[in-house]
Amino acid sequence: MGSQGGFGQSKEFLDLVKSIGETRSKSEEDRIILREIETIKRRILEPDIPRRKMKEYIIRLVYVEMLGHDASFGYIHAVKMAHDENLLHKRTGYLAVTLFLNEDHDLIILIVNTIQKDLKSDNYLVVFSALNAVCRLINEETIPAVLPQVVELLGHQKEAVRKKAIMTLHRFYQKSPSTVSHLISNFRKKLSDNDSGVMGASLYPLFDLITIDVKSYKDLVASFIKLLKILGLLGNGDKHASGQMYNVVGDLIRKCDASSNIGNAVLYECICCVASIYPSTKLLEATAEVIAKFLKNDNHNLKYMGIDVLGRLIKLSPDVTEQHQLAVIDCLEDLDDTLKRKTFELLHKMTKSSNVEVIVDGMIDYMTSINDFHYKIEIASRCVELAEQFAPSNHWFILTMNRIFEHAGDIVDIKVAHNLMRLIAKGFGGDHESADSQLRSYAVESYLHIVTEPKLPSAFLQVICWVLGEFGTADGNYSASNISGKLRDVAEAYSSDETVKAYAITALTKIYAFEITSGRKMDILPECQSLFEELAASRSADLQQRAYEFRTVVHLEAHAVKSIMPFDVSCEDIEVDITLPFLNSYVQQSLQNGAQPYIPEEQRSGTIDISNISNQVSRESSMHALKFEAYELPKLPAPSRPPLPVSNISTELVPVPEQSYSIREANTYPSIPSVSTSGPPELKLRLEGIQKKWGRPSYSSSPPSSSGVSPSTASEISQVESAASLSSRPQDNYKDLKKAEVKIAPEKQKLAASLFGDSSKSNKTTGTRHNTSRSDTLSIDKSTGSRSSVAPCCRDENSSSTTS
Amino acid sequence: MIRFILLQNRQGKTRLAKYYVPLEDSEKHKVEYEVHRLVVNRDPKFTNFVEFRTHKVIYRRYAGLFFSLCVDITDNELAYLECIHLFVEVLDHFFSNVCELDLVFNFHKVYLILDEFILAGEIQETSKRAIIERLGELEKLE
Repeated sequence: MGSQGGFGQSKEFLDLVKSIGETRSKSEEDRIILREIETIKRRILEPDIPRRKMKEYIIRLVYVEMLGHDASFGYIHAVKMAHDENLLHKRTGYLAVTLFLNEDHDLIILIVNTIQKDLKSDNYLVVFSALNAVCRLINEETIPAVLPQVVELLGHQKEAVRKKAIMTLHRFYQKSPSTVSHLISNFRKKLSDNDSGVMGASLYPLFDLITIDVKSYKDLVASFIKLLKILGLLGNGDKHASGQMYNVVGDLIRKCDASSNIGNAVLYECICCVASIYPSTKLLEATAEVIAKFLKNDNHNLKYMGIDVLGRLIKLSPDVTEQHQLAVIDCLEDLDDTLKRKTFELLHKMTKSSNVEVIVDGMIDYMTSINDFHYKIEIASRCVELAEQFAPSNHWFILTMNRIFEHAGDIVDIKVAHNLMRLIAKGFGGDHESADSQLRSYAVESYLHIVTEPKLPSAFLQVICWVLGEFGTADGNYSASNISGKLRDVAEAYSSDETVKAYAITALTKIYAFEITSGRKMDILPECQSLFEELAASRSADLQQRAYEFRTVVHLEAHAVKSIMPFDVSCEDIEVDITLPFLNSYVQQSLQNGAQPYIPEEQRSGTIDISNISNQVSRESSMHALKFEAYELPKLPAPSRPPLPVSNISTELVPVPEQSYSIREANTYPSIPSVSTSGPPELKLRLEGIQKKWGRPSYSSSPPSSSGVSPSTASEISQVESAASLSSRPQDNYKDLKKAEVKIAPEKQKLAASLFGDSSKSNKTTGTRHNTSRSDTLSIDKSTGSRSSVAPCCRDENSSSTTS
Repeated sequence: MIRFILLQNRQGKTRLAKYYVPLEDSEKHKVEYEVHRLVVNRDPKFTNFVEFRTHKVIYRRYAGLFFSLCVDITDNELAYLECIHLFVEVLDHFFSNVCELDLVFNFHKVYLILDEFILAGEIQETSKRAIIERLGELEKLE
């Protein structure tokens, strides 16, 4: 603190404080204080003291009071200060007031009004100070005066205000319970308030209330359950936080009344909390006791909870479950479905390699018995998971997977099937060859038995076919004809399922290929033959392809077949060299024979326009895919361009003079430039001289310069317009049309000239008009012909740009 | 959170249905039918909690009515069991020895009570006294 003081206090104040601090004896201190009091007394009675000074005096008075002396002459001033508008002063006033006065003082009455007003204030700081004061000063009589406002404040936006409001209410309650009893519900509400501070604050009054009357608050437990959940979350993995919770939770566990449902609910929640936080041995013991009680209970509900809890604790202390083995098994056998499911969940969690067989078998049995679709999926996937993780032996694994597939093949993820295939192909890694082949032959055998069964799920069939194809003849136990016969049966039986058919066919192909490579000549069974012929004409391209593949393979010699279909390489990747080096010799040969070398597309010059245009179009369309900026506003043609309107009559399609291009580019389509050059300088459709497109062609009252607009020409215009309007719409086409038109412009010019050049002919007789019209139509036809040649060209480009 | 509350009798008629998740009408019918089937066949000695699709249904039978609450998997079952009981107690107090007919004829009041009690799928008020007081006030307004 500098010599000026932190808050601009006067030097006197500082001196006061300093001197008091330096005093050696009480009497000296008293002397100083008394002198101070005299000073202030004198000063305060002066009429017009600036607020700031007053504030300082009051602070000094507070100081004096703090030291034990009486400064009651200043109280009224403090009260007045609290009434001040300025927040700072107000706070000082309140502070002084709270310190000076107590609830029995007469001046309280004056304060109450101030407080009431302040509680309603918008400024929350003001409300704060008011609430503070309320806490300190309110007594029984004055409670009703401020109670409504405080209650209102419970719903205030600022959580700090809410917190204070609760504390105030708490205080009220302490003073006089009766006035506040109807507000108890508010307390509870605040318990579940969003802000933890408020929640914490509301705990205080609730605590008081509860200690008095425990029973009626039992239902508060629901909120406590939430609290426990929160505690669990907070302590998860965090040692320090958990440490703080141990006591609380331990107490709760001990005190909870286990006879009532709700007490058990709390207990359960406690245990869940314990399970999720950092472990502590004492708590774990306590929980173990509780679990024992749960499980021994006859009530199924409690057994359910017990098992659930066991599941949670299994990670922390596996031996807990061993104590309760019998109980668990009882639950498993129980008729109650829910209990059974819960127990299976528990078993799932405690599966180790030692008990996996039993558990999975049990699960599969259960799975076959249940009808509930959702649960079936879940349990099937769980079984698969366990089997994959803990399978003790290959045989068992295959057997189990077979069973699972049989019963739940359709709902198991197809990836599982592929996994199985891969597993059989690769073996279990690191095994000897013999073990692998044993596995495979076992698989083949089992599948051959199964395949004859009537209704098998599709995924399963796929696996079967694949395995039989790959490894069916490997060990030589079964003849190719045997297996192929079986495969054909499968393909026949499941003719509606294309995937299965495809698998079966490929398997057949493989079998025959292996036969050929191993040199065993064999005849294709007539049934298979007919199958392939049928498939060669199949609707499905996939099946057709496979059928043709088979046919080709079968006709190749052994060496070729071996390189195509080597044995047991299903897990190797196919490497493809994209430069196709093996064709090099062929290429060289043909080059020598005079074939032309390959010219990459960019360097080709043969196809000129179209490829250029298409390139341009694609480039432009990539540039102008979707135009998001607005078009530029149409530019008003300057009046100094009289010759322009002549050609502009022919609308946007006959782009004779170059300028019209730019105009058209700048303009939006509908703005047809008007004939009259002295058109009003505003931007709107200038349609004065334009022929109506629709309806009967009529003579327009156009100025002479537009006299070229005769009905025939109008219809021609419309014809031309309509012919080219298709291509003129899309902007891309417009652009390339422009380019195309650049080349055809001379023709257009001729057309334009023939149409409008002799404008004086507009008043000719019909005959000549017809003539002209005919010739014009001829030329029009030519132009439309050329245009139509352009149009499809454009349309092609359009389509090519869309396909590209 | 509570997904829906169903009051159904033994025959499968739904006396009260309050949903806190959006469901189509046809879905609602399906749900009600399934829940009823699930709940009505259970032995009284079995647990009061059943798994239903991906959630849980906690039910309790009072005379001829089944009170079913569908909650999330993570929720505390016993707490919701108590919640059902509290609801029944409030109904009892309000209608004085409530029976199914009371619920049928005063369904609007039952909905009111339910709204006082559970809001947006969470238990709002756990004090029986508070609920009843508030309902008393509402009654006076009528």
